[in-house]
Amino acid sequence: MSASNSGKARDNILSRLRSAEPGKLVGAPDIASYYRDRPQPKAEESRRERFIRNATSWRAEIVEASESDWPGKLVQVIEHKRLGKLLVGRNTTIGWTLSALLPPEQLYWYERDLAEIKSDLFDHVDAGISTTLGGVAETGSLLLWPTPAEPRTLSLIPPVHIALLFEDQIVETLHEAMMQNRWSERMPTNLLMITGPSKTADIQRMLVYGAHGPKELVIVLVSRQASPNGESA
Amino acid sequence: MNAPVVIERPGPATPKSVGAAPADTHEKTHRPEDFKLRSHESVNDPNLRSSFRGAMDFLIERRAVHFSDFVAFDQLRKLGEQTRQHALNHLPDLLTQLEAKLTELGVHVHWAETPEDANRIFLDIAKAHDARMMVKGKSMVSEEIELNHVMADHGIDCLETDMGEYILQLDGDRPSHIIMPAIHKTKQDVAEIFHEHIAGAPLTDDVNELIGIGRKALREKFGASKIGVSGVNFMVAETGTIALVENEGNGRLCTSVPDVHIAITGLEKVIEKLEHLIPLYALLPKSATGQAVTTYFNLITGPRRAGERDGPREMHLILLDNGRTQAYREERFRATLQCIRCGACMNHCPVYTRVGGLSYGTTYPGPIGSIISPHLVGLKSTRDLPTASSLCGACGEVCPVGIPIPEMLMKLREAGRHSVSQSMTPPTQALVGQGEVRLLAEVLAWKGWRLLYSHALLYRLFAWFASRLRFLTPAWQGGWTQSRAPLKPAPKSFRDRLKERNHSPR
Repeated sequence: MSASNSGKARDNILSRLRSAEPGKLVGAPDIASYYRDRPQPKAEESRRERFIRNATSWRAEIVEASESDWPGKLVQVIEHKRLGKLLVGRNTTIGWTLSALLPPEQLYWYERDLAEIKSDLFDHVDAGISTTLGGVAETGSLLLWPTPAEPRTLSLIPPVHIALLFEDQIVETLHEAMMQNRWSERMPTNLLMITGPSKTADIQRMLVYGAHGPKELVIVLVSRQASPNGESA
Repeated sequence: MNAPVVIERPGPATPKSVGAAPADTHEKTHRPEDFKLRSHESVNDPNLRSSFRGAMDFLIERRAVHFSDFVAFDQLRKLGEQTRQHALNHLPDLLTQLEAKLTELGVHVHWAETPEDANRIFLDIAKAHDARMMVKGKSMVSEEIELNHVMADHGIDCLETDMGEYILQLDGDRPSHIIMPAIHKTKQDVAEIFHEHIAGAPLTDDVNELIGIGRKALREKFGASKIGVSGVNFMVAETGTIALVENEGNGRLCTSVPDVHIAITGLEKVIEKLEHLIPLYALLPKSATGQAVTTYFNLITGPRRAGERDGPREMHLILLDNGRTQAYREERFRATLQCIRCGACMNHCPVYTRVGGLSYGTTYPGPIGSIISPHLVGLKSTRDLPTASSLCGACGEVCPVGIPIPEMLMKLREAGRHSVSQSMTPPTQALVGQGEVRLLAEVLAWKGWRLLYSHALLYRLFAWFASRLRFLTPAWQGGWTQSRAPLKPAPKSFRDRLKERNHSPR
């Protein structure tokens, strides 16, 4: 490869940058105090309500569930949308749950290298079902931290993406999620913030869902505090 | 008024939709030297005018929803500006930090001084993998180096996958806006383009169906391509993370499915900390399309790790200079590099809205293009661009990172017309094309003016003749008389009138 050329280019570029006129000094931006000082979200709306309001405004469908009934609600979504093949990660919350509830031929386990299963993923799978790292209330977004069990294309290639989100993992802002969990010290190969299904307005500014990614995004929102009758609060 | 120039498109005769014809002017040259000619054609093209006006009004309104509270906007903007300035202040150190981090992650980092360097790097990688095809996410820097054309010359098919860019590539056209590349196309145009170029595509102007056709055609390509190409919105020095902002998902596909991912970017896009992404991502989509967030905010940190089942096995980052170090050299031009490519300045520019993006003949159109292009391709060929502004200031007001665009335009006007020694504020080193925009007639006119205005006797003599020979002034006075009455000296000079008044009895 052009390593030596690139090396010479590197030296030239860096020496030009280093010999530049010094700029007026600006300190590092203080992002934490920006978030601390700005107006806080309205108290009359709960974080959960805010998440739902924002997520649905981006055309995500929300299915509210409790810790006990989410598997049933998830199966209802699958049946209601008449989803056939489901792409699922082995040894995940979703994998264990669905293998107990659905016929084995309906589950397509993401357990091989993408190169071997590309055509299945692009053409023969109806939905990808994934867990999430959390949600962001301010924008109604999901946070995904793909793993070997749930690779990044699980939430990307199938036409429908169903995501499982636990209510207590919703934070207010992306900044909060980033700082609380010290992302900068342990970035995965891919980290995603996803807000609604994929979309485009490239033809005459008309909004169309399902550009290259999923056409539909369903969020199964699991409440942690189940009320006595088993319904979410 | 000139009639719009229509060039017939070769190929099968498909029925032209209403309003499609003038859009074909793109088959002419695309050079900044032709700015005046092309903008003249554009302002006389009612279809182009109305499509740009409509699109810009739409984008202006959508942005305004998010920034209705000026104080809140200004606070966020100051944070964004500071983030970019802080990064630029430490640019060489951040680049080496980024390089070290990426190398540690297993990413190949390449440095390119020119577009030729960058294209050679692409070719070398393609050769090493025997790749005949690349799928590409939206990248303005790849447009800057004319990647598609150069790859095509070497038998490599570089396929655009952003819907707008894909439409333009099929039609052999160019983007006219950095965020909405195909805004100059109507859905009828797209219908014809798809019908003509995609096998089996029915002729339909239903936008949902059209997107479906594009989606299907491109999905086959993502799976078949060995190399995926992307741009970069931001890159983080401390973690070696590349951030991509998009709605369609093609950027994710290009960087997840092929075995090799090549990212190309201008070297100014680096920021120090992961946390610094926050204000910039908060500003970018709101300023660009008036959305609070995009569908995907995709953070990529190195190639596939052991045990992972997807993602590229090999990853490259190409850092392009191409004139950016010139903009960096002096503090007064450095803010040019703060840009996060949102396009708000073009959306709000009265000139851009009227002449459209293609008139500029450069990769980056509009106000930001007018201040960055002179560094990329020199002041001479871009001579008209810094003057394509009424200096109304809208671009500077809406810029989410506080670039003083109007001031930069004026500095570039000066740099074009004055050599280093003639400059009022001389640069330490001449810019490429410094002083080359000078016109002999203009220079002579100013020399004459200076002579007259610094010698009292000469001035009086001139005034005496001018007022008496005023009937000789020509009716045609260049650009001035295009839309104004000709200038004519007054029958009596101000001095004479004042003298008369003082002497005449009241």
